Amino acid sequence: MTDPQQIARLKQVVDDLLKEAREQGADTAEAGVSAQTGLSVTVRLGETETIEHTSDNGLGITVYFGHRKGSANTTDLRPDAIRESVAAACRIAKYTSEDPAAGLADPELMAKDIADLDLYHPWELDADQATEIARHCEDAARAIDTRISNSEGATLYTQRSAFVYGNTHGFIGGYPTTRHSLSCAVIAQEGDDMQRDYWYDSSRLPDELDSPTSIGERAAQRALARLNGRKLGTRECPVLFRADIAPSLLRSLFGAIRGHAVYRKSTFLLDQVGERIFPDWVKISEDPLRLRGAASAPFDNEGVATQYRELVSDGVLQGYLLDSYAARKLGLQSTASAGGVRNATISDTGQSFEQLLREMDRGIVVTELMGQGTNLVTGDYSRGAAGFWVENGEIQYPVEEITVAGNLRDMYQKLAGIGNDNDIPGSIRTGSWLINGMTVGGD
Amino acid sequence: MTENNTIARATLLDTPGLDEIQLGRVMDRLLSRRVDAADIYFQYSRLESWVLEDGIIKEGSHSIEQGAGLRAISGEKTGFAYTDSLELGHLLDAAGAARAIAQAGQHGRQAMVAGAQVPMLYPAINPLDSLREDQKLELMRRADAEARTADPRVKEVIVSLVAAHDVILVMDNTGRISGDVRPLIRMNVQVIVEQDGKREQGHAGGGARQPLDYFLEDDRGMGYAREAVRLALVNLEAQPAPAGMLPVVLGPGWPGVLLHEAVGHGLEGDFNRKGTSAFSGRIGEQVASPLCTVVDDGTLPGRRGSLTIDDEGTPSANNVLIENGILKNYMQDTMNARLMGVEPTGNGRRESYAHLPMPRMTNTYMLPGKHNPEEIIASVDHGLYAVNFGGGQVDITSGKFVFSANEAYLIENGKISHPVKGATLIGNGPEVMTRISMVGDDLSLDTGVGTCGKEGQSVPVGVGQPTLKIDQLTVGGTAA
Repeated sequence: MTDPQQIARLKQVVDDLLKEAREQGADTAEAGVSAQTGLSVTVRLGETETIEHTSDNGLGITVYFGHRKGSANTTDLRPDAIRESVAAACRIAKYTSEDPAAGLADPELMAKDIADLDLYHPWELDADQATEIARHCEDAARAIDTRISNSEGATLYTQRSAFVYGNTHGFIGGYPTTRHSLSCAVIAQEGDDMQRDYWYDSSRLPDELDSPTSIGERAAQRALARLNGRKLGTRECPVLFRADIAPSLLRSLFGAIRGHAVYRKSTFLLDQVGERIFPDWVKISEDPLRLRGAASAPFDNEGVATQYRELVSDGVLQGYLLDSYAARKLGLQSTASAGGVRNATISDTGQSFEQLLREMDRGIVVTELMGQGTNLVTGDYSRGAAGFWVENGEIQYPVEEITVAGNLRDMYQKLAGIGNDNDIPGSIRTGSWLINGMTVGGD
Repeated sequence: MTENNTIARATLLDTPGLDEIQLGRVMDRLLSRRVDAADIYFQYSRLESWVLEDGIIKEGSHSIEQGAGLRAISGEKTGFAYTDSLELGHLLDAAGAARAIAQAGQHGRQAMVAGAQVPMLYPAINPLDSLREDQKLELMRRADAEARTADPRVKEVIVSLVAAHDVILVMDNTGRISGDVRPLIRMNVQVIVEQDGKREQGHAGGGARQPLDYFLEDDRGMGYAREAVRLALVNLEAQPAPAGMLPVVLGPGWPGVLLHEAVGHGLEGDFNRKGTSAFSGRIGEQVASPLCTVVDDGTLPGRRGSLTIDDEGTPSANNVLIENGILKNYMQDTMNARLMGVEPTGNGRRESYAHLPMPRMTNTYMLPGKHNPEEIIASVDHGLYAVNFGGGQVDITSGKFVFSANEAYLIENGKISHPVKGATLIGNGPEVMTRISMVGDDLSLDTGVGTCGKEGQSVPVGVGQPTLKIDQLTVGGTAA
C-alpha cells in the first residue's frame, strides 16, 4: 500500500475510533493514528553490520465525558484492539476529575484548508543500495587520515509515514511524510588518546541529503580536531556555542515558555511576555508551513491551524507556546503549539564563524555539551563541555573535561552575536552564539 | 515449569493461536540461510499511568504494546525485522526480511526445549490489577495532601503513578524457549515551592518489580512526598556552587549513578568487542583504586533493574566488574560473548520487540568499605558533599562523564555547611576511579527510579554505592 492510500485507511480507523467512542458514551473525543515503515542499514569497518526493517503503527484516543478525560494508545490497529483501547480510555475517564480546562481545542481554530507542504518524497532503495551509500560514507571518513583508527559505522535510514488526526468537531486531516538520514561516527586515535565524533544530515528529499563523502569527511575532521585535548583552568570568559549545539539553547527557551510550565509557574520566564529577554536585534520565529521543512505541519496535534509566528521580536518575548489546555488555564488562546515548536529560526548578526572568533578574541568555543544541568524553574545552567581554546581570535587547541555555567536569563541577555553559519541539519535554524561572561570550570 | 514460563506461553502462543509447529516454521525460515544464531522475541505489554495535579486526578492513560522481533546473526552481521501482529503470515514475512543478512546456506534447527527454570526474582503478577482504581487514586491524593501540609511554601504538587505489565517469550536457534512476566511500578512526587518570589522544585520517588501495595508499605508513598518538599526547600536556600577542582564526597545510594556513567557503560561488551571504549583491552589491569569493588547484579529480588532472565533467555547473574580495583569482566549479551569467546553474563537487554538486544546494565553498585560516613566528611577541608543527582551522561570513547547534582552542600573544615545550587560534575571515568580514597560502610541502593538510555533504547536500571570520597573532581558551579 502506498502511503497516500494509507491515509484513506487511517482516516477510516480514526472514524471508527470516534464512532466507537461516541457509542461507548463519550461526549467528545479525538484520535491520532500513524503507520510508519523504514529501512536502516549500518556499515562498520567496510562490512554490513545491521539491516533493520522497521514497521511501527500507533493509535491514540482521548475521550471526554464532560470535562473528565481518559486516554489510551496501542500499537495494534485491528478492530478488537480499537474497541479495547476505547473501552480503556472510557474506563479511565470514570476516575479522572472534572477539569474545566480539559477538552478539545476550540472548533473555530481547526485548520480549514489543509495545505500540501510537500513532505512526501519516498526513496525507492533496497538494502544493497542503502549499504553502498553507507559504505561510501564510512570509507570517506576512514580515508581522510591514518589516525581514524576505528569506527562506529555509518547508517543510512529511510522512513515513510502516514499520519491522520481527527476529532468530534468533525475535523479530520492527514498527510504522508518521508525522512531520510545518513550519519557517520568514527574514532580518531593518537597514542592513548581516543576521541569519537559524528556528523549527519537529514532531509525530506533523498536528493537534498549532503553527499556521503562530505558527511563522512566532516565526521572524521570533527573527531581528529578533538585529539590531544587539554584541561583548562577555572575562569570567567566568553563562550562561543558552535551552531550545531546552539539549538539546545533555543530548546531551553521553548521549554521555559511552554504553556504548561507557565501555568504551573515553574519557569524562569514567568510573566515575561512583553519584556526584553534578549538584545534588541534578536528575532525568533516559527514557520510550521515551510515547504519540505523538517518539522512542518499544517495543523498541530489538536487539529489547530498552524501559522508563521514571531516568538521574540526586537528581543521582546511575544507570547507563550500554548496548546488548548494551557491556553484555557491561562485565559488565552491556543497558539497551535500542541506537539511543540515547528521550524524555528533565530536572526543572526551577520558574522562568519571566523569573524565571531575574532570578535571573541579570547575564550572558548563549545562544540559538545553533556548532561542535564539545566534548571528551567530557576534558569540555572551548568553543563559538561568540550571544545577549543581561542586566543587572539584564533583556535589554539582542543579543550575537554570542562564545565560551562551561568543562568539562562543572563545568558540570553548577554548574547553578543549570532553567526551566519546556520548550515546545520534539523528543524532549528541558528548560527553560532557568542555569549559573554560565563563561568568555565576546569582544573 | 515455573509460573512465569506458563503465563508467558499462554499469553504469547496460546492466545494468538500459535503452536510449536508454526513456531518451528518461523524459526526454519530464519535459519534457511547460513546464520550463526537467531531468535524470536514475543512481547505483550500493558501500561497504565495516572497524573494528579492541582489537587485533582487530571490524566489517566492506558497503553497496549505487543509484537515480535526476529533476528538473524551471521558473524558480526545482524538482520532484524519486527511485526506488531502475532499472525503466522506476518511472522514468516519478518523472518524472511531478517534472514536476508546472511549468505545462502542452511542451518539445522534443534528440537524445542524449555529454557533454564530459574527461581523467579519477582512475582508473575499484573501490577495494573494489584490495587483497585479508587485505592490508586487515594494513594495519590494522600501524597498530594502530605506534600501540601509538610510546608506552607509548597505551591504546586504533581503526583504520578505508573504500573507496567510486561510478558515476554524468547526462542533461539538452539530450540530453547524461555518466558518471563515482569511487573514494574513507579511513583513520583514533584513539588514547586515559593518564598519571597523565588521558586524552586524538588522531586522524589521510587519503584520496584512489585505490586502497587509496595507504595503503601512502610509509608513509602508519603515518604516520597516529604522528601520532594525537603529537597525543594533545601534548594531555596542554595547558594552558587563553586567552580573548579575540589574533593567531592558522594552520598550513598542514587549517587551510584557515578559508577553507571564512569565505568558501567565503558564495560559493556559491544564497545569492548569493537575496541571503542576507554576500557577496551584492559581486563586484569588496575582501573580503579584498590578500595573499589563494583558489581552488576541482576539477581536482587524485586528491584527495578533485576531480571529473572535477560531478553535473550540467559539467567541474570551477579557479575563482578571490578574487584579491588582490578578490571575483571565485561557485561555481555550472547552475540558479543560469542564474538569475544566468553560466556554471556545475562546482560542482553532490549527496550521492546521493536529494538535489537545489546549489552546493558541491571543493578550496578559498589560494595561497602570500612569508613564511617562522618569520618569521610570530616577528612575534607574544603569540598563538595553531593547527595542527590539528576541524570548523567558518558562518552565511552574518551571516558568523559558528567552527572548533575540536585542536592549538594559545601564542606568546610570537615563539616557540612550551606547547600549549593545544582552543579554538574565532570571527570574522566578511568582517572576518577583511581582517585577514590575512602569508601564508606553504608552501602545503599537507589529507591528504584533509574532509566538508562543507550542508542535510543531505554531500560530500567538500578544503582547504588556507599558514601565515597573522590580526591579531585571538576565541579561546574558559577562561583569561580
